[in-house]
Amino acid sequence: MQTRFPNRLLPYLLLAPSVLVVLVFFVIPAVQSIQLSLYRVSALGDRRIFVGWQNFTRLFADPDYLNSIVVTGWFSLIVVFAGLAVSLLVAVVANQRLRGFAFYRTLLIWPYAISPSIAGLIWALMLEPSFGLASHLLTDLTGISFNFRTSANHALLFIALAATWKMLGYNIIFFLAGLRGLPTELLEAAEVDGAGPWRRFWRIVFPLLSPTTFFLFVMNTLYAFFEGFGLVHITTSGGPGRATDLLVFKLYRDGFIGLNTGYASAQSVLLLIMVAALTTLQFRYAGSKVFYQ
Amino acid sequence: MRKRLVAPGASHAVMIVVVLMTLFPMLYAVLLATQVPEQYYQFPPRFLPGSSLLDNARYVWNDIHMGRLLLNTTIISLAVAIGKIFLSILAGFAFVYFDFPGKGWVFILILLTHMLPVPVRIVPTFELLDQMGWVDTYAGLTVPFLASATGTLLFRQLYQTIPPSLADAARIDGAGPMRFLWSIVMPLSRTNIAALFLVEFIYMWNQYLWPLIIANSDATRVVQIGLKQLVATDAAVDWHYVMAGTVISTLPPLIVLVLLQRSLLEGMSLYEEKS
Repeated sequence: MQTRFPNRLLPYLLLAPSVLVVLVFFVIPAVQSIQLSLYRVSALGDRRIFVGWQNFTRLFADPDYLNSIVVTGWFSLIVVFAGLAVSLLVAVVANQRLRGFAFYRTLLIWPYAISPSIAGLIWALMLEPSFGLASHLLTDLTGISFNFRTSANHALLFIALAATWKMLGYNIIFFLAGLRGLPTELLEAAEVDGAGPWRRFWRIVFPLLSPTTFFLFVMNTLYAFFEGFGLVHITTSGGPGRATDLLVFKLYRDGFIGLNTGYASAQSVLLLIMVAALTTLQFRYAGSKVFYQ
Repeated sequence: MRKRLVAPGASHAVMIVVVLMTLFPMLYAVLLATQVPEQYYQFPPRFLPGSSLLDNARYVWNDIHMGRLLLNTTIISLAVAIGKIFLSILAGFAFVYFDFPGKGWVFILILLTHMLPVPVRIVPTFELLDQMGWVDTYAGLTVPFLASATGTLLFRQLYQTIPPSLADAARIDGAGPMRFLWSIVMPLSRTNIAALFLVEFIYMWNQYLWPLIIANSDATRVVQIGLKQLVATDAAVDWHYVMAGTVISTLPPLIVLVLLQRSLLEGMSLYEEKS
């Protein structure tokens, strides 16, 4: 328990800037999103007609929206599972206490500096149908000529690969921190008892690491739902067809290109419900520990 | 000391392969930035750097006005990183060193920012900024980002671990809370400040959706959006230019990362100790 300073006004003054920003730019607009989702707004924004649940019923009858749900679902699935599996594997290899490994670990963090949109450009290069190295590799491995500009499945795989790669740095940092925090006595005891490395990993390391894994699961899901926008906007623009039309991209198209703000706000509300569910789960499970964005 | 599964030499070899595979896309981007189309279209590919890096860089620099894009992005990233650090130190300090009615509610309010990413409030926020006349301004690009649940939690957690005797001593000496914050608490916050600066600078540098809708004039456009001009053609993409632009625009956040990553990792182990 910290000593408290006896001052009535000061704490409010200290908190005022944060509270002001949160209220004005976060809470009030979020509430207005909910309000707006119940209206139909004219393209010029001058007329609003109350339509109740109509925006929501239209959404679930809109084949484009249903497509965006499926696309975002597959995208998130790949980003979360491939991302966590690869990062955990890399972190376990990199966690060895050997000379020089601290240096390798610092290099592994580098993708963290890259933006999703730039990751998109780099992977568009890697998968460039005519000369990209990764597209050659995929074509050689599968026998199918890889072209993310014309094939829907290839395009989805492309944005998922780029997004997964960009997140590796972040995931590896957290897995390394998690691995560092494991009780060594337990691992040594298991080794003395003759448990092999495979068994030690699945029986001890993996279960003890579950708070980190769960935290990363939540953060990667949020990332897949919200940060894929720049990546799609700069490379595929949602195409070919609607193959990479993520939920956030559709929201942007409807709200800022179609100027259908009520319809876009209904999409915002559905995303809000999804985030609220995920973060509530996280706070329940992990408490209010610090996490980096 | 545990037995090794494999010889240290083999461990190094495996590790080098892992590092190279992880960083390969970045290396490939740098390689392309040095080449001309005749070099990267040839098959089988050769991994020899070309000599056109400066030409390519000069071309993109002029073509999409990169100087201006980088200046804008640097201004908003510095403003948001420093602003968030400042606001979250004040908030963290208030939560730990004072008792006041409504404390729990204010805390929940600040945590709420985590549940409200840009897309869930994008239309009303845009309309609000439009009414305020903040479209195409630095204020519109930065002020809505200033609240930080991450930062507030980070400093709150750090301040809870400062020995109470320090604050007691300050009070006995007649130092007020602001004096105590400035001369005792701030110096103790140095590692966390560096870690938060790293996270927030990169976070802001890499923003895309919000700058796209709020800042689409030459005066305020950021580098992430500016790069799109290089690929938004129907003609074949000039990959050497795109990659030169990519490399240039990734250097600032990468430099910040390299300089400050030590603080980030120290900050993380602090976090890990508590869990």
